[in-house]
Amino acid sequence: MSKQKIIPIGPYHPLQEEPEYFKLYCEGENVVDIEWETGYNHRGIEKLAEEKTFEQVFFLVERICGICSTSHPFAFANCMEEIGKVEIPDRAKYIRSIIGELERLHSHLLWVGLAGHFLGYDTVFMWAWKYREPVLDLFEIISGNRNSYAMFTIGGVRRDIEKSKFPKIREELEGLKKKIDLLTGAVMDDPVIHARTKGVGVMTREDIIDYAAVGPTARASGVEIDVRRDDPYAAYDLVDWKVITSPEGDVFAKAKVRLLEMYESVKIIEQCLDKMEKLEEGNIQTKVWEIPEGIGMGHAEAPRGEVFHFVKTDGSNSPVRHKIRAPSYVNIATFKKSCVGQTISDAAISLAAVDPCYCCTERMAVAYDSSTGKRILSGDELIKHSQARTRELKKNML
Amino acid sequence: MGEQLFYFLIYPGMLFAGVVGGLIAWVDRKVTARVQFRQGPPVLQPFYDFLKLLLVKETVLPKRGSAIFFLLAPVLGLFGATAAALLVLLPALGITAGFQGDIIVLFYLLAIPSLMFVIGAMASGNPLSAVGASREIKLILSYELTFMLVVAGVILKSGQTLHMDQIMMMQQSQGAFIGSVSGVLLFIAALFAIQGKAGLVPFDLAEAETEIAEGAFMEYSGTAFAIIKYTKYILLFILPVFVAEIFLGGLTFTGIHILWSILKIVLVLVLMILIRNTNPRVKISQAMRFFLLWMNLLVIAGLVLHYLGL
Repeated sequence: MSKQKIIPIGPYHPLQEEPEYFKLYCEGENVVDIEWETGYNHRGIEKLAEEKTFEQVFFLVERICGICSTSHPFAFANCMEEIGKVEIPDRAKYIRSIIGELERLHSHLLWVGLAGHFLGYDTVFMWAWKYREPVLDLFEIISGNRNSYAMFTIGGVRRDIEKSKFPKIREELEGLKKKIDLLTGAVMDDPVIHARTKGVGVMTREDIIDYAAVGPTARASGVEIDVRRDDPYAAYDLVDWKVITSPEGDVFAKAKVRLLEMYESVKIIEQCLDKMEKLEEGNIQTKVWEIPEGIGMGHAEAPRGEVFHFVKTDGSNSPVRHKIRAPSYVNIATFKKSCVGQTISDAAISLAAVDPCYCCTERMAVAYDSSTGKRILSGDELIKHSQARTRELKKNML
Repeated sequence: MGEQLFYFLIYPGMLFAGVVGGLIAWVDRKVTARVQFRQGPPVLQPFYDFLKLLLVKETVLPKRGSAIFFLLAPVLGLFGATAAALLVLLPALGITAGFQGDIIVLFYLLAIPSLMFVIGAMASGNPLSAVGASREIKLILSYELTFMLVVAGVILKSGQTLHMDQIMMMQQSQGAFIGSVSGVLLFIAALFAIQGKAGLVPFDLAEAETEIAEGAFMEYSGTAFAIIKYTKYILLFILPVFVAEIFLGGLTFTGIHILWSILKIVLVLVLMILIRNTNPRVKISQAMRFFLLWMNLLVIAGLVLHYLGL
């Protein structure tokens, strides 16, 4: 007797800051099916990259995502260095890893705060974001910017970290460790958080493999994948750290994996600093004069999972084709598995648990007729279609 | 007649309770802000909010809902809260003594605002409001039983008087009800029940912003929403006062007792704010189990202990 109704989350909703639209088909409070729509935010970055020089593309891809703004340049640098067969200096490797891990720290802290907010626990939200400030301060000390650090370039990094800054960095990291302890305690020992997150939005190991999910989403279901270890880049094979996994696959496991990963990040940064002390200052870039014709693939482990860049070059100074795949592209699809069968409250936190980033994922779709190979649904047709649809909706509303 | 109208509209009714409630809402927001490393709003912010909604903002009516019920519900809710405020505040301020059985009437009056919020949400015709309303109904069903048992416990402890004024007098002569084990158990249950009644975290499911975008109050704007806000201010004031009256030895507003009375109210309020700031929102099934099983067991244990003389 229960009637299905659509509970909309989006296109603009307090749950997530970006435009996205989830249709939750509900019977009472139970979600029986979910559909998601993106495409509110097309930005044309891939096309734009084809008109920029390689040096400029770094600044462009940095602006794909405001939160993981280093992972895209990281992957792009890996990609270009594969095409040009460039070996980068050790010091640049350590600096790259430090920036990457600082970014992971601030991104995970940001997520912990947001997860608290989604659960209605605004105290955790404010505290986590307060503790994120020192990380941003560190970025300011190192690169001069709190976001979009502009540190990467082909063959190395653009700025050195001088020895005089090391004590300050170490001090801030020490302070940060205590704060992570506190947050971990607040999340791990709170019985109400346990009640809200344990057994919620469970993704089994098989589901993760089926949906090809990446990053903390996969590691929280016991799938041990991490680009930093599986295909080492920068300095990740020169330092000692471990991949954090948890077998449960629920929201709590995802929170646990992220919290424990923060300790690993601090560990990596400290080791990088130790090793950098022995290296000569200033040797941070291999000069690259030319990029040959070729194709390259580069990936990097962003805080949300694997970022993948594909670049085709023709010997000129800009890419012929630049393809980007952000981790949310695969992670968002897991909602079909994690949200169906839950209540609305659980679905909301399950949606947030993969830390989706829609602006990275947004793409324009072009439809081709498979038999003739002709492009169908052009811009004009779509406008006509949408006007007809609006008229129809208006008629129904009155 | 004129006197009664004055009681109802000005002091200690609608105007007074709302103004004090607004100040209490400021305390709540300020303490919450300080706990969260924020600066917090200025003292008059709740009144700015209220006046802006009342005077400046446009009231948008839902196209598909029933406009009469949609607008009537907040007004009736406000009247219910004001009537409850009268029964709570008149004996406390020593103006009139109330009447025999007023605690029973009070129990019903305190339920009116929540019920009206449900009716208003249902009348708005919005699917998210409907979810909010269904959550509010489930929540009412769960905490009202606990609340009723608590009131029953208080009546038993006061030697079966149904008169607020006499309950307070009795505590002043024989010691506050919280001074016994059974009293403590009843007090804890009452605290959670009023947390649910005031719609504060962890029981703010009906308006859960990040799940159903303010749920029950989603379609409200302008004057109608101003009235809802005002009702909530009044509730935020009278619920702690009510608990202080029935458990913490009553309130008297003469001489040095004024300070004590205010301290008692602040104590209950601080407990509410603490619970609010150290918990995530629970799910509706968890809230129901919490009240229907654990809190009711707690109250029943309290009643049994009372019979055993503890």
